Amino acid sequence: MNSAKGSIIYLEDVTVNYDGFKALSHLNFFMDRRELRVVIGPNGAGKTTLLDVVSGRVKPETGRVIFGHETDLLPLRENDIARLGVGRKFQTPSVFVNLTVWDNVELSLRRASKGVFAALRRRDPEEERERIARALETVQLAAKAGSLAGTLAHGEKQWLEIGMVIAQDPELLLVDEPVAGMTDEETARTGGLLETIAADRSVLVIEHDMEFVRQIARKVTVLHLGTVLCEGPVEQVQSDPRVLEVYLGRRREAADAVH
Amino acid sequence: MPKREALAVGLAAVVLVVVLPLCNGLPADTPFAVSNFTINLFGKFLTYAILALGLDLLWGYAGVLSLGHGVFFGLGAYAMGMHLMLEIGAKSVYQSALPDFMVWNQVTALPIFWKPFHSVVFTLAAIVLVPALFGLAFGYLAFRSRIRGVYFSIITQALALSAWLVFNRNEMNLGGTNGLADFKTVFGFPLNRPATQRGLYAVTALTLVGAYLLCRWITLTRAGKVLVAIRDSETRVLFSGYSPAAYKLFVFVVSAMLAGLAGALYAPQVGIVTPAKIGVLPSIEMVVWVAAGGRGTLYGAVIGAFGVNWIQSWLTTSYPDLWLLFLGGLFMGAVLFFPDGVVGALGRLLARARRVVTRRRERATLDAPLLSQAPRGSIRPPGSDE
Repeated sequence: MNSAKGSIIYLEDVTVNYDGFKALSHLNFFMDRRELRVVIGPNGAGKTTLLDVVSGRVKPETGRVIFGHETDLLPLRENDIARLGVGRKFQTPSVFVNLTVWDNVELSLRRASKGVFAALRRRDPEEERERIARALETVQLAAKAGSLAGTLAHGEKQWLEIGMVIAQDPELLLVDEPVAGMTDEETARTGGLLETIAADRSVLVIEHDMEFVRQIARKVTVLHLGTVLCEGPVEQVQSDPRVLEVYLGRRREAADAVH
Repeated sequence: MPKREALAVGLAAVVLVVVLPLCNGLPADTPFAVSNFTINLFGKFLTYAILALGLDLLWGYAGVLSLGHGVFFGLGAYAMGMHLMLEIGAKSVYQSALPDFMVWNQVTALPIFWKPFHSVVFTLAAIVLVPALFGLAFGYLAFRSRIRGVYFSIITQALALSAWLVFNRNEMNLGGTNGLADFKTVFGFPLNRPATQRGLYAVTALTLVGAYLLCRWITLTRAGKVLVAIRDSETRVLFSGYSPAAYKLFVFVVSAMLAGLAGALYAPQVGIVTPAKIGVLPSIEMVVWVAAGGRGTLYGAVIGAFGVNWIQSWLTTSYPDLWLLFLGGLFMGAVLFFPDGVVGALGRLLARARRVVTRRRERATLDAPLLSQAPRGSIRPPGSDE
């Protein structure tokens, strides 16, 4: 394994134990800055748990999780990790349905303090408005800024959440199955969006849809039973006999999906 | 604040704070006179409205349902009541400097926690700070442990029950089941004089207006939006860098302070404070006011607190058996048929009426294509008169 230098996220010997079930088992994983990485693997391989560990939702039994040069994420809570620059997009769209699209992004903006008393005070609206508008522009929702987020279509909610995470200005973006339930057209647009985002930040995507993986992935990590099975360019991973066996052993159609 | 709301609030404030006390001052046989009984009754309703505002901020905005706000109301009421008891002094039945119930219970010296309540300043601070500190401690433990949703409601209900049990005990030296009563003066003003009651009413009305403006201000800031966001998706709030626990604690403490203030204004106007105002049932009634009026609007809470209690005072005098049936029916109705309360139901009715009118107008235009070319406004389709 490489040293932590130059990586955006670095996990060493991480084990997560859910009552005897090892969701992650001595996992070593790291990502370079500005990398767009896709993590695949059969159900129960530990993909979402990996995101949970990085974003602070689950605390591992053993191991180290280092963000950037030397920030230890283990003692921090979810909101502190988010403020450090780790954004997370959930699998099912999670937006504030009773607020407008604009307000959704406004709340997500990166700012010096997210405490109660800072939120009661007035702030510089001009600079903020620009940042909100830019985020909405990126996810092409500027026209719907005034609508309640609850009235958006499924795909639009997914993009809004991506816009909210972009507004957080994270150095590392964690994205869990962004195209689940999307049409082909929406999927293609989401792929383009993620590639744009990856131009100046690191993005970690979990995905099942191999078509989509081929569209966006440069480097793929395959998880199996809570550890890394193999890692490399898409073509190489797809023809790796171990990967085939893992998918074949589980489900036939999954194996077809890999090919 | 939107212009229309500002106008409505201003108007309501003038009526409640200025017009009603003025009418109360009129001789009883003049047409616009408001009786002492009515002003006293309204004063009580307005204290409930102050509490309902805080409850709405907590439940209607942040989505945190407390079934224990009677406790905070009681803390404020008892703090005020203790001062009023001490003001009675030797004018009591037993002509002792001690409150009557202590003489009755053979307590010989004033318990130490009663002593600071001789001071007006201490009392005024205590009616807000005691509920605030208690809310802070309770809320901190609950929200830090990430107790939420129905689990939070259940432990607040347990809180109401245990507080009720504690206040009922004679050993607490708070008057036991009978509570605190027989107040004679408030800060030196005799309570049996109409002018004092009018003054108390006016202070209550002013406090309500202040509480409304405070709550509205909170909802209009970014903190207010975070509260709504917590109701929608607490997880997203957490992963957006906010601590939902801190925001919930803040709004919980604000609502506890408003409840304490309400209780303190209640005590001198009603003249008695008992554990019956603290327990599980009164706490649920408070939630019904907000649900019936309409959650998440603030004015709905005020309308609900005022309306439900007005109906209660009418029903309990005219048809005493019906009141509990009505209360139960109201709660079920609010849950099943108008989840957004009277305010929301009226709003929807109005919107539907408006739609019907527009549709009729459109149909009329389609039926008469030639007429539609007539100069605007000269011919009106049927049913469009507004």
